[in-house]
Amino acid sequence: MFLINCPYCGERDQSEFVSGGEAHIARPKQPTELNDDQWAEYLFMRKNIKGIQFERWNHAHGCRKWFNVARDTSNDKIEKIYKMGEQPPKL
Amino acid sequence: MKNKYSIFSLIKNAFSNHENWQRAWRDPEPKKEYDAVIVGGGGHGLATAYYLAKKHNLTNIAVVEKGWIGGGNTGRNTTIIRSNYLWDASAGLYDHALKIWEGLSQELNYNVMFSQRGVMNLAHNLQDVRDLKRRTHANRLNGIDAVWLETDEVKKFCPIINTSQDIRYPVLGGTLQKRAGTARHDAVAWGYARGADEMGVDIIQNCEVKGIKRNGDTVEGLETTKGFIKTKKIGVVAAGHSSVIANMAGLKLPLESKPLQALVSEPVKPIIDTVVMSNAVHAYVSQSDKGELVIGAGTDSYVSYTQKGSFNIVEETLKAILELYPIFSRMKMLRQWGGIVDICPDASPIISKTSIKGLYFNCGWGTGGFKATPGSGDLFAHTIANDEPHKLNAAFNINRFVSGDLVDEHGAAAVAH
Repeated sequence: MFLINCPYCGERDQSEFVSGGEAHIARPKQPTELNDDQWAEYLFMRKNIKGIQFERWNHAHGCRKWFNVARDTSNDKIEKIYKMGEQPPKL
Repeated sequence: MKNKYSIFSLIKNAFSNHENWQRAWRDPEPKKEYDAVIVGGGGHGLATAYYLAKKHNLTNIAVVEKGWIGGGNTGRNTTIIRSNYLWDASAGLYDHALKIWEGLSQELNYNVMFSQRGVMNLAHNLQDVRDLKRRTHANRLNGIDAVWLETDEVKKFCPIINTSQDIRYPVLGGTLQKRAGTARHDAVAWGYARGADEMGVDIIQNCEVKGIKRNGDTVEGLETTKGFIKTKKIGVVAAGHSSVIANMAGLKLPLESKPLQALVSEPVKPIIDTVVMSNAVHAYVSQSDKGELVIGAGTDSYVSYTQKGSFNIVEETLKAILELYPIFSRMKMLRQWGGIVDICPDASPIISKTSIKGLYFNCGWGTGGFKATPGSGDLFAHTIANDEPHKLNAAFNINRFVSGDLVDEHGAAAVAH
């Protein structure tokens, strides 16, 4: 249970948001050229970090916009919130 | 040699105020080298060690546990045991476990309080009815006992359920597995620990794994908080922390670790003598032998290792419980807790070799690993001892995420995630 500071709406309860999982997994530019291992890596394999993880979140019950969050999964503390398309911060 | 537990040992020890019971397992320091080391002293890890020693004569082995045994998800689940999964591979896996459960107390000489009180899964809409009927038929074809109950039969089997058709999600029927039930989760860990210890397995608590030493594609040992342990075979059964251990070996797993919550009420007189689960409204309830209602909630949507979870999840679960069981409206909840569950994309586990020789993973049990404890340990022990999977866990290899041969059990997982 924690608060998330939506870059568009301000601070709201986490229950208004939906987690979109690990961030910065780019969709393959040429899907037809991927082999099975590369597809598995893209579709299924996750870092699942205990510590600071970069994630996508969606303000589903608010502005419905997507953004990125750097969050410590060992204590749910949010270190940084940044917009889609931006590079992950150095922490 | 351990003294046998029996009614006579109970009476004998009563005369000495229960002060002279033999220690159930030793507390050894790690040796320099073992034939195999199991990482994780939960039910699955201890069962793995027990069957390695018992069926494969590997007794120079250790279980390393960062906390105390059974303190993770083994002590945090809602103790439900069933095998009514949809696909053939899952039916084989979970029913193998259920068959071991049926004789486990005798085998371990430890009362795991296995109680075949039945598990009933409710249907609340037309699609639920179709899915659950399909699952009932699939179960029967696989030799698993399952019966479909119409609404009036659901009411007869569990009279406190509100079967009014006026509620938001009316009960349209359910599927019942009578051989299913519950067991005492702590006793499972303790029973396997005692059995494994007797055969010479070292159970080393407060020993956290800090690194995995490799020589090319072969494991050489483990760095732990109690020093380096040399071994050629490492079986990782670390549940929510599987990805953390995998990362030490340079592997990535298809897992996400999320909090799953449960709660218990104050103890009351017997009111519900079965387990009722509902995937659609997302609540399940049973009653412990102490009289507490044991209520399960859903997973949180985000990755977290905090063993807490969010309040809104508990709130949703209790809303559903109250609609189905209005009789519980004045109950007071006593405790709430969370465990970290490692969820696979297809809601089925991984019991597998890896690309690194001597490194094995048993993970991805997600929200429903407790029921499989004995079977999981048995099959994982077979996989480690023979360096080959048993035919019952061959489908649960890690390569299925590359080949696409998934075992999708989201429908039978009973906890939506």
